[in-house]
Amino acid sequence: MNQQKELSFLEEAMENISAKAREFGLDFYDIFFEICPADIIYTFGAYGMPTRFSHWTFGKAYHKMKTQYDYNLGRIYEMVINSDPCYAFLLEGNSLLQNKLIMAHVIAHCDFFKNNIYFNNTSRAMVESMAAAANRFREYEFKYGRAKVESFIDAAIALQEHVEPRRLVKKSPKKAEAPKYECRHRKKETPYDDLWSLDEQGLFECNTCAYPRKFPPEPDKDLMLFITQNSVELEDWQQDIMSVIRQEMLYFWPQMETKIMNEGWASYWHLRIMREVELDEADTIEFAKMHSGIIQTSRTRLNPYSLGLRIFEDIEKRWETPTEEEREKYGRPGGEGKQKIFEVRAMENDSSFLRNYLTKELVNDMDLYLFKKMGYDWKVSQKEWEKVRDGLVSSLTNCGYPHIVVEDGDFNKRGELYLKHYFEGDELDVFYLEKTLPHVFTLWGKTVHLETRLDNKQVLFSHNGEKGSKKFL
Amino acid sequence: MAKTNFVITREDWSLHRKGEIDRQRHREKVREAIKKNLADIVSEESIIMHDGRKVVKVPIRSLDEFHFRYDFGKQQHGGQGDGNSKQGDVIYSDPQQKQGKGKGAGEEPGVDYYEADITVDELAEMIFEDLGLPNLEQKKKPEIASEAAEFKDVRKKGIASNIDRKRTIMEVIKRNALQGNPGLHGITPEDLRYKTWETTYKFESSAVVLAMMDTSGSMGPFEKYIARSFFFWMVRFLRTKYNNVQIVFLAHHTEAKETTEEEFFTKGASGGTRCSSVYKLALEVIEKRYSPQDYNIYGFHFSDGDNLSSDNENCVKQINALLEVCNMVGYGEIEGPYYYTSTLRNTFKKIQNPKFTCVTIRDKSGVYPALKKFFSQTQEKK
Repeated sequence: MNQQKELSFLEEAMENISAKAREFGLDFYDIFFEICPADIIYTFGAYGMPTRFSHWTFGKAYHKMKTQYDYNLGRIYEMVINSDPCYAFLLEGNSLLQNKLIMAHVIAHCDFFKNNIYFNNTSRAMVESMAAAANRFREYEFKYGRAKVESFIDAAIALQEHVEPRRLVKKSPKKAEAPKYECRHRKKETPYDDLWSLDEQGLFECNTCAYPRKFPPEPDKDLMLFITQNSVELEDWQQDIMSVIRQEMLYFWPQMETKIMNEGWASYWHLRIMREVELDEADTIEFAKMHSGIIQTSRTRLNPYSLGLRIFEDIEKRWETPTEEEREKYGRPGGEGKQKIFEVRAMENDSSFLRNYLTKELVNDMDLYLFKKMGYDWKVSQKEWEKVRDGLVSSLTNCGYPHIVVEDGDFNKRGELYLKHYFEGDELDVFYLEKTLPHVFTLWGKTVHLETRLDNKQVLFSHNGEKGSKKFL
Repeated sequence: MAKTNFVITREDWSLHRKGEIDRQRHREKVREAIKKNLADIVSEESIIMHDGRKVVKVPIRSLDEFHFRYDFGKQQHGGQGDGNSKQGDVIYSDPQQKQGKGKGAGEEPGVDYYEADITVDELAEMIFEDLGLPNLEQKKKPEIASEAAEFKDVRKKGIASNIDRKRTIMEVIKRNALQGNPGLHGITPEDLRYKTWETTYKFESSAVVLAMMDTSGSMGPFEKYIARSFFFWMVRFLRTKYNNVQIVFLAHHTEAKETTEEEFFTKGASGGTRCSSVYKLALEVIEKRYSPQDYNIYGFHFSDGDNLSSDNENCVKQINALLEVCNMVGYGEIEGPYYYTSTLRNTFKKIQNPKFTCVTIRDKSGVYPALKKFFSQTQEKK
């Protein structure tokens, strides 16, 4: 098939598929499809975005993905970018049928990007902002030296997951209570003095005794932002790199926290749409093969495509044809299946999706379990459905990254940085921790500390730029 | 409803090289990291026992992307069974230490560190970069000749693949200019120029290496492994750097005998230790086959130092005799799990000859420094 012909076939198919999608009620941005050779698709896969800045870690990811592709071990069929209009890249050499399925899949992703609440604040012009940032980074390389920029990026990406995606969510008024500490210079003059503190946002500065006012006033989860704004070490270009990496993380964050839903949603719709498209016998078999490849399960990791798909189908069933019990107990009239899944796709993220909709029947049906390492073996450790569900939900919390906050930005009154890990049952990787602290030091320029919990004891790891230390608290 | 707006295109991506460029940079970093970690890598089991495979895997921890993360091994993870999973089912077993690294079904949970693929040759090149045979002297019989092809000539006839484009074009321009029609056009057969090589011979003094190893009962698997790692690289080094280095393998316990290379590395023996036996054999070999007048002679001996104490004095005597005929004698002592108070090394402290080098290897990472110490070319300048 010559290329021109292939394009016109694809256009015809897309016309058809997008019309079907709209009939089903999907609501998506305009889409740019682009057919790319494998190394380009894999480049995009490694960088997350075609225009992103250059760094060896992306080269490493690219090398890994490309090698897998070359040895036929793995394959990315497509890649979609959350932007308006949406960009989607198709792998050159996909068959027409594969591309049909992929287009249906892409449309559903695009609908998800547009309508899921967590994507509300993502920049839809990120392709351009990333390109601009990449250009600036290149200029920094010319100006300050490649090695310097590279090693700074090394340090910055070591902390990149520590952002606060909910910064825009209003804090509850409780948090703005009067400061818990007291200073003797702060005398109560009238019984109504506490009213003033409502205005003070929890800050009280005493000019007489330099009362230890807290800095930051509340523990701050956004390490990237806190360091960018408060490190005395950083030059302008370094602040720029920090804030670019933070912005890009905030852009990718909703995709990370809705992976199961997003892939489930896309799989749900490529199935529904492809059922409406006319296929001949050979195509039907090819389609079935491809779909079953996508939802193939694994004993050691959850497949987001199949897990998401199963949950969406289950929700639809339970709201479309509720059981007697559900009708009475929850007042579900039935016939609301479609409406419900569209609502779920708009309102939830992965952890609430699993918490609210992963039922006992599903856990048992899908044979989900938790496993952990015992000696040299990895063994199934939990089969009870509620524990399994809760275990999965907690592994999705904060996208699976530890919750670490800035506790004190002026520790020991020497401007040292004191970080604290909110221990939630899982210990940190100590080897990694000790290797990460020097990066934090690079960014902060003064001694850095991290408090965490090991074997039920609070431990403080520190690094002063030369060596690390560890002590029990 | 309005028609969907979409565009399907196919662009020329051939100039998009970002992935390749960063991949290149990553490769550079891998090489840097390997160079920094040579001490650990040199004695990697997968390399010493690489049984002819060309590519080996080298663990590189410094290229991990460090960040705060949970301890994967202590966490619970989600998985999905085929419908009949039960509590306690083993779903995957980590390859246990020491055993062959048979890769499982490719389902191992979370690869803990990054492994780079590298060919043994590439690795050897890095290791050998600054090694050389010390104290090399000009001997009567210059046997070592390394042959090299060097492109240093340009001719009018040659192989098409060796066309010298730049010179050819110069000829065209020259000819055209002479003919009064300057410019670059019309290449005639007379314009063609070819690069051609000349074979050059490099004469060096001849050398023989006497590889001596203790194979007594006290040499456990660890000690043998260390000696083996050292000789592995030594043999490889000598054979890549020089064309005609001869290597003689001598194994000993209470008695010494000459073995083949294969026997030397694979055969285990038992019994007590009498190091002087191997020195004596070495002297005999030298006397019979390698006259010090014609050869540079190097002797290397590895042992755990647990020598028969009555033999120690004799050893010193023999070593001194060896030093008279050798350019260098090296003794490597491998400190095993047991600590001997009176080892051969202590006895050898008496020897003050600068041609004698003594090293102690405590663990695997000691092999590389030992190689460097034995084969540093700069030694003679000291």
